[in-house]
Amino acid sequence: MSGITTAHSVVEPTRLAKRIAGTLVVLYAVVSMLPLLWILLTGFKTPPDSIAYPPKLVFAPSLEGYVNLFTTRSRQPPEYIASLPPAETWYDRLVRSRNMVIAGPSKYVPRYVNSLVIGFGSTFLAVFLGTIAAYAFSRFRVPLKDDLLFFILSTRMMPPIAVAIPIYLMYRELGLTDTKLGMILLYTAVNLSLAVWLLKGFIDEIPREYEEAAMIDGYTRLQAFRKVVLPQAATGIAATAIFCLIFSWNEYAFAVLLTSGEAQTTPPFIPFIIGEGGQDWPAVAAGTTLFLVPIVVFTILLRKLLLRGITFGAVRR
Amino acid sequence: MSDMAAKTSLMRRAAEATPVRVARRIRGLSDQVIAWLFIAPTIALLLAINIFPLIWTVQLSFTNYRANRPNAPVKGLGIANYANILTDPDIWAGMQVTARFVLATIVIETVLGFTLAYLIDRKFRGHGIWTTIILIPMMLSPAVVGNFWTFLYQPQIGLFNYLVAFFSGVPPSGFSMIGEVSLAPWSIVIVDAWMWTPYVMLICLAGLRSIPNDIYEAAEVDRASKWRQFWSITLPMALPFIMLAVLFRGIENFKMFDMVNLLTNGGPGSTTELASITLKREAFEKWRTGYSSAFAIILFCTIFGLANIYVRALNRVKQR
Repeated sequence: MSGITTAHSVVEPTRLAKRIAGTLVVLYAVVSMLPLLWILLTGFKTPPDSIAYPPKLVFAPSLEGYVNLFTTRSRQPPEYIASLPPAETWYDRLVRSRNMVIAGPSKYVPRYVNSLVIGFGSTFLAVFLGTIAAYAFSRFRVPLKDDLLFFILSTRMMPPIAVAIPIYLMYRELGLTDTKLGMILLYTAVNLSLAVWLLKGFIDEIPREYEEAAMIDGYTRLQAFRKVVLPQAATGIAATAIFCLIFSWNEYAFAVLLTSGEAQTTPPFIPFIIGEGGQDWPAVAAGTTLFLVPIVVFTILLRKLLLRGITFGAVRR
Repeated sequence: MSDMAAKTSLMRRAAEATPVRVARRIRGLSDQVIAWLFIAPTIALLLAINIFPLIWTVQLSFTNYRANRPNAPVKGLGIANYANILTDPDIWAGMQVTARFVLATIVIETVLGFTLAYLIDRKFRGHGIWTTIILIPMMLSPAVVGNFWTFLYQPQIGLFNYLVAFFSGVPPSGFSMIGEVSLAPWSIVIVDAWMWTPYVMLICLAGLRSIPNDIYEAAEVDRASKWRQFWSITLPMALPFIMLAVLFRGIENFKMFDMVNLLTNGGPGSTTELASITLKREAFEKWRTGYSSAFAIILFCTIFGLANIYVRALNRVKQR
């Protein structure tokens, strides 16, 4: 095959090569999705179906897992249940058919709300501080710039448990243990390194001439930053925010060591969704599904920028 | 420097051309002041949340302080904590468990990740969608992943056991991935590979795509075989990217905590007790704060060294 005369690039793989590659990749993708699909399905099973052997692929869907996720229940004798006024809602009926009554809401919703509050709070702070710091690192001569940037990145590399020992003591002194404020500050600090590195990459790509032109037109440096640079960096800022949000959402080590109730987030809570005599797998699966869905959506939205996010902005495409 | 000078002269000309009021505002906040105003909060927060605690840890590491007895007298021990850790066979056993975990995951994830990237780079139809699907596991919460894999690993009822049994003929209740000493280390390696192969794949893909087509065209002209092209062009040119992925996975898995804590919690026995799990036990279960601080400092130093190499690798890739 002569490389020069072929119209199509010689480096274009043959059709057979493409087909084999495609098959293998799809096979990997399908196998790697099985665990997630299984969790999704388990959320709609009844507890007996969830532990059936062989594992049930076809089953009558039930919302028992979701009902159990959002409620706490107490077991009652059948005579007592019979003596109650007729169940008003479908979930009351579902629970009573298991000889139980709903005792109250579970802690899942408050934990989920904590995850949201801490996630958004720390993301806002990290992106705000990160944007201005990244702008300064990108545009101005800062003494020891490279050392400062390395220092900022190195804080993210530290093992969380090692950091948690003094933080635990410090928060105990300051009364920040198990508070949302404490967690927001901690996650802000961890996210800042990513935010500074990522945003510096995004701001480096905006030509300086834009601001300089604006400053010639009479803008001050700060006005140029606000009205010229920020709009140009909007995509980068949004992507950075999503990465910070995902980190805070997923974080477990600090959360499990520094929170126990008031400020507990969802990841340390999910393993404690238990039913009578062990884990209530459909409820765990339901809780897991609701927790993971936002991340899957964000991953798909961010797919073009994931590479930047996971390499601190070093690899662009 | 010349850049600065150009900017200064530009600003001077701008100042001269604008009315006095505006000119004063340009001079009002100098760039140096803004630079420090913008950087200071970040540095301050990192000093408060990272560096101050780090110094405290160093100080505690020379004492017998116990966080659950804040009022007990604290005694200075000199370097005894460090000496004890470095001579403790349990710590070394834990380090070996960690090293084996890091090594196994890196080998599996690199081979699998690079292969996948190479296949995706054949650009078959729909490769974009499938790449996105493959990437999903790495974005999930490791703790939540560890938790639901305990369900998949259940003997008899677990999906993993069922599938392995289906293809191998071993009874699905005949083995327990997280309960058996011989299988538990593999159980955490499998979950880690499931989560992080996509990560290595994504970085390798960037490496493969950074290789200009004309190099391959030139190789075709020189009648180099595909095999030869792979070994003399593809692999060497993608190598910096592969190294980047390997280093980052190495650092991350060296400090692995969340997934393993929920999947095996270090057990059975201490077969999956990684360094971070040992640290958690010493610091937050046995409350040997001084001792665990010393261990934390040792881990810090190791990671700091690795991070240094990592940043150098990052900068090398950046120059491409």
